[in-house]
Amino acid sequence: MKPAAFEYFAPATVDQALALLAAHGGEAKPLAGGQSLIPAMNFRLARPRALVDLNRIAELSYIRSAKGGTTIGAMTRQRAVEQSDVVTRGAPLLAEAMPAIAHPQIRNRGTIGGSLAHADPSAELPAVMLALDAAFRARSVTGERTIPASEFFKGMLETALAPDELLVEIGLRPMPDRSGTAFLEVARRHGDYALVGIAVVVTLDGQGRCKAARIALLSVGDGPVLAVEAGKTLTGQVPSAEMVRAAADAAATRDVDPPSDIHASAAYRRRLVAVLTRRALGRAFERAGATQRGRS
Amino acid sequence: MTHTQRQIGESVRRNEDARLLTGRALFVDDVRLDGMLHVAFLRSQHAHARLSSVDASAARTRPGVVAVYTASDLGDYWRPGPLLVPPPPIAGLVFNTCTQVPLAKDKLRHVGEPIAMVVAESRYVAEDALDDIVVEAEPLPAVVDLEAALAAGTPRVHDQLPSNLAAHAVQRKGDYARARAQAHTVIARRFRYDRGVSAAIENRAVVAQWDPHAEELTVWDTTQAPIPIRNGLAQLLGLLESQVRVVAPFVGGGFGPKIMMYYPEEVLIPWAAMRLGRPVKWTEDRQENFFATTQERGQIHDAELAVTKDGTILGVRDVFLHDTGAYDPYGLTVPINSQCTLLGPYDIPNYESEFTAVFTNKTIVTPVRGAGRQHGVFVIERLLDFAAKELRIDRAEIRRRNLLRPEQFPFDNQILFQDSAPLTYDSGDYEPALDTALEVIDYKRFVGEEQPRLRAAGRHVGIGVVCYVEGTGIGPYEGARVTVEPSGRVRLATGVGTQGQGHFTVFAQIVAEALGVEVSDVHVITGDTREFHWGTGTFASRGAVVAGSACHAAAARVREKILELASHELEAAQADLVLEGGRVHVRGDPTGGIALGALALKANPLRGAVRPGTEPGLEATAYFGPDRGSTASGVHAMLVEVDPETAQVEIKRYVVVHDCGRVINPMIVEGQIQGGVAHGIGNAFYEQLVYDDEGQLLNASFMDYLLPTATDVPNVETIHRETLSPLNPLGAKGVGEAGAIPTGALFAQAVEDALAGSGLEILEIPLSPTRLFELMERPR
Amino acid sequence: MTLGVTVNGARYERAVEPRLLLSDFLRHELGLTGTHVGCEHGVCGACTVLLDGEAVRSCLMFAIQADEHEITTVEGLAPSSGDTLHPLQAAFREAHGLQCGFCTPGVLMTLVPFLRDHPDPDERAIREALSGNLCRCTGYQNIVVAVRHACDAHSTPDR
Repeated sequence: MKPAAFEYFAPATVDQALALLAAHGGEAKPLAGGQSLIPAMNFRLARPRALVDLNRIAELSYIRSAKGGTTIGAMTRQRAVEQSDVVTRGAPLLAEAMPAIAHPQIRNRGTIGGSLAHADPSAELPAVMLALDAAFRARSVTGERTIPASEFFKGMLETALAPDELLVEIGLRPMPDRSGTAFLEVARRHGDYALVGIAVVVTLDGQGRCKAARIALLSVGDGPVLAVEAGKTLTGQVPSAEMVRAAADAAATRDVDPPSDIHASAAYRRRLVAVLTRRALGRAFERAGATQRGRS
Repeated sequence: MTHTQRQIGESVRRNEDARLLTGRALFVDDVRLDGMLHVAFLRSQHAHARLSSVDASAARTRPGVVAVYTASDLGDYWRPGPLLVPPPPIAGLVFNTCTQVPLAKDKLRHVGEPIAMVVAESRYVAEDALDDIVVEAEPLPAVVDLEAALAAGTPRVHDQLPSNLAAHAVQRKGDYARARAQAHTVIARRFRYDRGVSAAIENRAVVAQWDPHAEELTVWDTTQAPIPIRNGLAQLLGLLESQVRVVAPFVGGGFGPKIMMYYPEEVLIPWAAMRLGRPVKWTEDRQENFFATTQERGQIHDAELAVTKDGTILGVRDVFLHDTGAYDPYGLTVPINSQCTLLGPYDIPNYESEFTAVFTNKTIVTPVRGAGRQHGVFVIERLLDFAAKELRIDRAEIRRRNLLRPEQFPFDNQILFQDSAPLTYDSGDYEPALDTALEVIDYKRFVGEEQPRLRAAGRHVGIGVVCYVEGTGIGPYEGARVTVEPSGRVRLATGVGTQGQGHFTVFAQIVAEALGVEVSDVHVITGDTREFHWGTGTFASRGAVVAGSACHAAAARVREKILELASHELEAAQADLVLEGGRVHVRGDPTGGIALGALALKANPLRGAVRPGTEPGLEATAYFGPDRGSTASGVHAMLVEVDPETAQVEIKRYVVVHDCGRVINPMIVEGQIQGGVAHGIGNAFYEQLVYDDEGQLLNASFMDYLLPTATDVPNVETIHRETLSPLNPLGAKGVGEAGAIPTGALFAQAVEDALAGSGLEILEIPLSPTRLFELMERPR
Repeated sequence: MTLGVTVNGARYERAVEPRLLLSDFLRHELGLTGTHVGCEHGVCGACTVLLDGEAVRSCLMFAIQADEHEITTVEGLAPSSGDTLHPLQAAFREAHGLQCGFCTPGVLMTLVPFLRDHPDPDERAIREALSGNLCRCTGYQNIVVAVRHACDAHSTPDR
């Protein structure tokens, strides 16, 4: 389990990194935290011709709070995100999900941008970003663009990023008033990729009705899945145990078509979607300040 | 004579820990030698295929590659391995020996079987060169399923055999048919147990160095059996046994598979080192470990229990299939253990057990911690659970009614054990152990009050209690040499290797107590054939029992020598001498006397005459071989809570009442049990090797093969009981495998209890949340 | 490529191939074989070392990436090469927190920064901190006890 040989570059700036990626025309792979790429290389499942190591690019590591929300540099370590007060205040959903990502040793090295660009459908961060409707800033030698989370994840380990393009920043809007979030997952063991996970953002209006509900599920498709039907069920409704159950049912039956694998059958995943959606919505509405009636 | 310092029975802190904790302990992969070469193996991608050609010419020209060997390059050295454990003489036994080969020649019989060996300047380059080798193979349908293996028309794993039958054996006691005819009820079920890996965190490794000047081969090997490896290598390579030194230094977990022999790598690495004249290292990587290191636990049982109305067992019949994998070098140890362990602590007057071992296109099966005992316990314990339910008898009560009573020992079960000796339990006292377990877990109150209350509140809580016995400490023998050095420190050499069981401490305790020295002053050397070269190895929970007894005997002899010489030196009768604090003194004169080191010097005079017949030194070598194994026993109890919505299971409490005879070091025994229970929980709920129909393993990584972690296993509350074994001077029985044995049966019972009312029956291990969900959803 | 790295306080310069894993570099280039390798895909945790004081998997880094960083391995825990143990090591011996000892260096290197940041953790926190290290021998129970021992001894392992 030793990696195949590769050419190695360790640029100090984003510009240098982009130039290297462009020069190698898709044969070079950016190396972020390496916590998914290096295992794949050790198994020789991945054999990049060249690696452009982003770990020396200081300008990509930051967490900032501004009027427009929270911005996080792509090379910010997951551990830093987890421990950031700015994140806890500005993006509590992200803060809640962070400890579910693998283990501290992995989060010390793994980066937020690396995980998003890797786009594993079982990973926590893509679903969280989808629920938060995050904006991804990407750069290449030809310029810069912003990609909404809903357009970023294209499929199994696939994103909208071009081979010579780097994800440089994640932007999170401020949470509207009377919002509540929740992250839940069922994993085989603490720190494992989830069998099913869910990230929820709900917002109430002045009358206590659900103004918006963004529900993102992980490990139920070839990327994070936005439970649109479940969200529709709730919009305009006063949250109640019945409404939440209906939304959970919609999520499980209409929003997902989960895969079967050695860890969970499709039917079991569907069940988990229903249960987790119900539990996460209950929690999120409670946090948003809703007074729910009935047992959920 | 008095011992002032009791060592046996104390939780002495371990002698080996400082080395391990600071990173100084030597493991095989730590060996670094000048000019050392590194090996990677090209392994079969097919579970079953006809191998037509292997072209390594391109690999041989890659820079950094020193040699590439295929089966044809081995010449006369290519030969199938030995039958390591010949089966016991069971009447009517059928056994077809098909042992593993060093490199595949005509046929590929499991994924991961080695085809070619690349030797290069680095492991990285060796792996690069694997891509250069061109293999032509014609895939054949794979034999994966146990039942299909015996069906007509199924392809044969071994062409020279008429079918995939590896073995067939029937053992009988009494007359089951008659018992069945008399039964009030017969409980019959089909049970399955599936495969896992042993998953020692250290993978296997072999380093070999040939010294042409001394004409000596040194092999560092992660084996549990260095002496048999040495003897075998000498024979294979045409060397004297004394020309081969095998060292099993610190070994990072064994659990059974590290005693397989000879792994292809074990015979190839030394051969290559001699041929190339340079040291050669191979370290298995984790991926290889999933294919190339032996595994266990695939069996299917059709079993029935004949009981009276009050739950008294009249008899058991069990017919089972055992998956032996692609080869069967380890004989029938595993299925015979299943067959024998099923009888448990119960008085079962009539028993009929028949098994068929089958070849499949999967990794070889040899013992893994528990070694087939799990299956037997699972079958009998589950049958008792169903009988209890049907007869409306409490689960603990039905067990109690059938336990062997203390006066029935020694108890002859009238069948043969894996060591070819009769399965006779040496000693046991089972009912108090059951009582203690029930008391500690508060069974009565839980079942009577707490469970109904929690159930009423919508909680799904369950309790389980299972009993088991374990044949341990089998022969043939082990030895030990004890030497008092002039420094006063004591050197103890024994042949069994150590994989974490605390041998450096337990053996030292035995010797320290006999010689009146500190445990830390006894320097234990294990697993180096240059230091001790008689013995078999660490397996079958036998280290403390068999090697420990040899240490005891050797220390007793040295003690005699000490007293004899001291009596002469101090001019006192031996009966008046006291051994303590590393000195011998006359009773009542603790400041006088003579230090052991000084005595050791006197025992080895450089000039002058000695009396005829005098042996030099304060040294003795002794051997111990028991007539048969000693029978350890125990009761495990567990509380669980199941979330029926998500099929998640939480273990709330885990109680073990364990009887391994004399406990030499309670701390170490508890550690063994805790680790065993964790292993058992892994088997029960996390670990399962998943093969597809082509015999491809779908989860060959620690990402997908789930070992339990710190958040998955409970604290184990352990209570020791000591029913001494009459078969060895220490009164000891084995403990290494104990924790892992009843866990599957216990888990199934407790989870089923938590879901009582659903009609769910758990007839298989391992479970998983997804499987549990499926079972819960299944229409009944 | 040339790598300059400080390991356990000593400075090393070595020419390395970019693909050389940090775990292999430590073990086979520097001879610091206390760092063990159990899976090479980042799950077992046996190869855990400190990178600038934080626990990382050395099998999931290339040695060259440690250029101009500081590494601490298990050999760097105890004050000297004698029999003196770091308080956490001593607690492991006291509580029988190791059996075969193969996973132990990685476990220790995980726990040292954890205890620095959480001097008085409860059992749940200890178990979660340990959940990225596989141990096949101990069932983890005595590792947890050892950690509590270390905390109770007020010996804040803060390297």
